[in-house]
Amino acid sequence: MTGAKVAETKIPPIRNGTVIDHISNGQALNVLKILGVNEQNIDSVISIGMHVPSSKGSMWKDIIKVEDRELDPKTVDKIALIAPDATISIIRDYYIAEKFHVRLEDRIIGLARCSNPYCITNKGEPIDPEFKVEVRSPPKLRCVYCDRILTNISENLL
Amino acid sequence: MDFYDKDLVSIRDLDRAHIEALLDLSEEMIPYARGEKVERMLDGRVLGNLFFEPSTRTKLSFESAACRLGCDVIDVSEISMTSISKGETLADTIRMVDAYCDVIVLRHPHEGAARLAAKFSENPVINAGDGAGSHPTQTLLDLFTMRKSKGSLDGLNVVLVGDLKYGRTVHSLAEALTAFGAKLTLVAPETLQMPDDIYNHLKEKGCNPVKTSVLEDAIDQADVLYVTRIQRERFPDPGEYQKVAGTYKIDNSMLREAKSDMIVMHPLPRVNEIAYEVDSTPHAMYFEQAFNGVPVRMAILRAILRRE
Ligand SMILES: Nc1ncnc2c1ncn2[C@@H]1O[C@H](COP(=O)(O)OP(=O)(O)O)[C@@H](O)[C@H]1O
Ligand SMILES: [Zn+2]
Repeated sequence: MTGAKVAETKIPPIRNGTVIDHISNGQALNVLKILGVNEQNIDSVISIGMHVPSSKGSMWKDIIKVEDRELDPKTVDKIALIAPDATISIIRDYYIAEKFHVRLEDRIIGLARCSNPYCITNKGEPIDPEFKVEVRSPPKLRCVYCDRILTNISENLL
Repeated sequence: MDFYDKDLVSIRDLDRAHIEALLDLSEEMIPYARGEKVERMLDGRVLGNLFFEPSTRTKLSFESAACRLGCDVIDVSEISMTSISKGETLADTIRMVDAYCDVIVLRHPHEGAARLAAKFSENPVINAGDGAGSHPTQTLLDLFTMRKSKGSLDGLNVVLVGDLKYGRTVHSLAEALTAFGAKLTLVAPETLQMPDDIYNHLKEKGCNPVKTSVLEDAIDQADVLYVTRIQRERFPDPGEYQKVAGTYKIDNSMLREAKSDMIVMHPLPRVNEIAYEVDSTPHAMYFEQAFNGVPVRMAILRAILRRE
């Protein structure tokens, strides 16, 4: 797929950092939110490719490259919630030192709040919100407490 | 079927076999619920009623059920008042109440409260309604009423009418009925139809409910007509409410097309959904339904508090 090559080359290679690839088409901005880009706590270069041709499964994907940063497990788990097919490649000295798929566990604990305002988990009780993963892609999560489906996952990430 | 020391939080936790076992046990409880036989099999046990919301029917029938089995009842609802005003969490309230009794019956305004309580309580928790969430003992007594008067739950044609959006009893009931291959018709004004979440769940479970706003279309085929109250508060425009509320008023002329053994159920209290003239027809099942709350709750208490 020559198109893919062209799109990839538009994003500069990085020496050290992380590539988040195969992000579900349109989710790049939500992934940036998870990375905390708005909170001005990032002092490295981030490049984004949105709506680039994908060589795998779906036609289009998003891709993000973050220089000089490796992601902590909690961040990776959150990415899995909105981009369940994403891959994470850790780049060291221009080479992929490690590569893995994000993984959505069967139970999601403490990563997102329930979208039901009347849910007991939104009432100041000493518990972490908890969801059962019913469908992995696109993710469908059911609150273990109020039994409702979590709507608008990216808006409800903790 | 082992219910001993288990919580009863949602009807979704029970499969068909569980439900049938509880209904069988409820049947056995009837003479005791009527006071024709006396049995104190739960002598010395203590039930704690913890109601954060007013309720007469559910609370009283739990009390009656417990008394009939010799189980003592303490009303710990007062704690709920002080704990709310002091800003105590439900988790802490539960841990305290847990120390005073062998089983907690909880009614709470927030969805998921019973699941939370079950997590913090050592003793079993019975959900007596959590907000718009589930109310499994109501579902069980509804199923019991249907099975008792129809002989079986299999393949019943059930018409649910009224507020299907906010009415929590109809959500759990509809879901439970799918396990028995029921044919469901959902009759409600557009704005009060079954939420998509529940509707899709019914479909996933192999039921294909018919949605309509015209009750007359469904009534002649029905084995069960389950009526719920449409609450005035749901309508911003009082005129709109009047129009809708009047549409589904069940009276004898409406029942003319019905099968002779069709039963009319209602979780009560009714306002004007069912005309008083219906009370004296063989269709009226709502008072018996209310009574059935006692044997069904006796069965639940027995199953949870006594090892087989
Ligand atoms: N040095 C680098 N700088 C920037 N991006 C890189 C670098 N090395 C690999 N990548 C990117 O990391 C991702 C994962 O690489 P690879 O496993 O080869 O691709 P794929 O997951 O599509 O099979 C790809 O998007 C690739 O372009
Ligand atoms: Zn919830």
